[in-house]
Amino acid sequence: MRDVLRHHLFWPVAALVALLVANTVARPSFLAVTVRDGHLFGAPIDILRTTAPLLLVALGMTLVIATRGIDLSVGAVVAVSGAVALSHIASSPNPDSPVTVLTAIALALVLCLLLGVWNGFLVSVLGIQPIIATLILMTAGRGVAMLITGGMITTVNSAPFKVLGSGFWLGLPTAAVLAFGVFAVVAFVVRRTALGMLLEATGINPAASRLSGVRSRTLTWTVYAASGLFAGLAGLLISADTMAADANNAGLFIELDAILAVVIGGTALSGGKFNLSGTLVGALVIATLERTVTVLGISPLVTPLFMALVVIAVTLLQSPRMRERLTAARRRQVMAPAEPPSTARPDSTPDSTEVKA
Amino acid sequence: MARTTLTRTVLAAVSAASLFALGACSSDAGNEPAGGGDTVAADDGVITLGFSQVGAESGWRAANTKSIQDTLTAENGFDLKFSDAQQKQENQIQAIRSYITQGVDVIAFSPVVETGWDAVLQEAKAAGIPVILTDRAVDSSDETLYESFIGSDFVLEGEMAGEWVAEQYDGEGYKAVELQGTTGAAPAIDRKEGFASAIEGTDIELIDSQTGNFTRAEGKTVMEGFLNAHDDIDLVFAHNDDMGLGAIEAIEAAGLTPGEDIKIVTIDAVKDGMQALADGKINYIVECNPLLGPDLADIAKKVLAGEEVEKRIVVKDEAFDQAAAKEALPTREY
Repeated sequence: MRDVLRHHLFWPVAALVALLVANTVARPSFLAVTVRDGHLFGAPIDILRTTAPLLLVALGMTLVIATRGIDLSVGAVVAVSGAVALSHIASSPNPDSPVTVLTAIALALVLCLLLGVWNGFLVSVLGIQPIIATLILMTAGRGVAMLITGGMITTVNSAPFKVLGSGFWLGLPTAAVLAFGVFAVVAFVVRRTALGMLLEATGINPAASRLSGVRSRTLTWTVYAASGLFAGLAGLLISADTMAADANNAGLFIELDAILAVVIGGTALSGGKFNLSGTLVGALVIATLERTVTVLGISPLVTPLFMALVVIAVTLLQSPRMRERLTAARRRQVMAPAEPPSTARPDSTPDSTEVKA
Repeated sequence: MARTTLTRTVLAAVSAASLFALGACSSDAGNEPAGGGDTVAADDGVITLGFSQVGAESGWRAANTKSIQDTLTAENGFDLKFSDAQQKQENQIQAIRSYITQGVDVIAFSPVVETGWDAVLQEAKAAGIPVILTDRAVDSSDETLYESFIGSDFVLEGEMAGEWVAEQYDGEGYKAVELQGTTGAAPAIDRKEGFASAIEGTDIELIDSQTGNFTRAEGKTVMEGFLNAHDDIDLVFAHNDDMGLGAIEAIEAAGLTPGEDIKIVTIDAVKDGMQALADGKINYIVECNPLLGPDLADIAKKVLAGEEVEKRIVVKDEAFDQAAAKEALPTREY
């Protein structure tokens, strides 16, 4: 039991379960998954699909954070990706042709990869602080997206592109299959090879790792490029979801959601040890939280407050200092029954009440 | 070593500057055309008009922007300074302040939200620059802060939508959900009020209402949530077409037929919405005319000529059902 409690994924998973329970109480059939038109349908499936873009962005963010960096530009890259893909499809004479759609996807992904490479160049070669380096693209990126779409919301009708957003593959949403697939591949590559360890070494001490033969510069460069690429893919999923490229609002604040997912997942922003499975749970928590707001019928006026309270609760439960206090308080409680029950416990501090609350 | 550092710094500065320049030239493109700030209307007859748009959140807004940009041209005697506030009030206040400093002849804007404008409008008044509101109103006790408000009657739009729903479906025990516009925005508040008052006394029940922020993406996610939360939704009332179009996606993904299993009523009548209405996916649309450019040009000229203008100019709106949409679609301007 203690091992379960101590496991780094315990609190994020507990938060996820608590949200699902709250939804099920409000709506008993919440977890029901049915088959309609040959594919699965239900709230859990919706959550998997809405998690997809965030998961991709958070995946790149985890790798960047592992090297002691941060990538604030992902939201803007999401907007650029959608803008490029949809503008290409809209300007093509045959929007329903798979060739057009594949070209659009390739164009968008290559450009986003380049944007990631640009970030990596600023950070690893020029040695600019990551928060500043990526801030440049965060501010300028949306401008670039606006330039591409001409300040309008570009909408298209293209059946093959729509598959990305609302299609199904083997009964599951294409978006979810793609995102979870990419996640699995990256997790495999990072954890089954020495790559993960090298990334952590770079994050813990770049100078020492370089001196011991780790090519930290190349590694850092690579993670920013990967982050850009994943954000680009997320941008495609987001724009395919509504078949519209909205330069102002697509992926707005997704960088913050992604950082939050990483933190909920137990990866420290100070770099070093990182935790991909935690990021997965973190992304699911955020997507479920957004769904919970609608299911519980929380008024739009208090939605941000409600979300903040949940996030505060999760992060508090995760903080090592808070956990120490909780454990100490629990120990006192366990020991307390040994004493005569009538006497007030002299060692009772505000800490012990926190457990009940 | 020192040299490398220098090279790095210079490289960084150049790259940063180039990216910022890229961003700046796109987002502020219409904002400050070279040196147009000091033109005085009386001299050359050109009216310098600063317009602060809400953003580009919907197809309606795109049509509205286009109408204004196409009407207030140099040929028509205008020098238009256009800025996009990206749906943030602080951006709009900043844009209005910059128009005041530039000394434009007229300021026009569509307020993102209803309240919080008194201070900046006082500044405009003190500078002697007349202000015209388009599309959305401000909630201020001091009506002298603006010359005129051109736009649709949002309460009436909500009522028209509600009345049609009441007429069609009263007595069938319909359960309706509402996709609200941006929280605090005049059209969201007024359309909600109009719709609620029109269905009052019928057996149509509004079971849920959430904001979809006037965007397609949020309309879709909120509708998905509604479908998870309720079994028996019969009707969706969306405060604009884009959220309605998002709802269509969510309803289709749930294996239901929009327009049949779940009826959809929206407001705006932009092209994509009208197309969906003609295709039978939406049941009724109340128009909200975005072509405010000509009215704005007219009022701006009158105000500067010192003529009396009406405080409230209501733009006439129509409503369409599926048959009317098929007829109107080929000749629609937007």
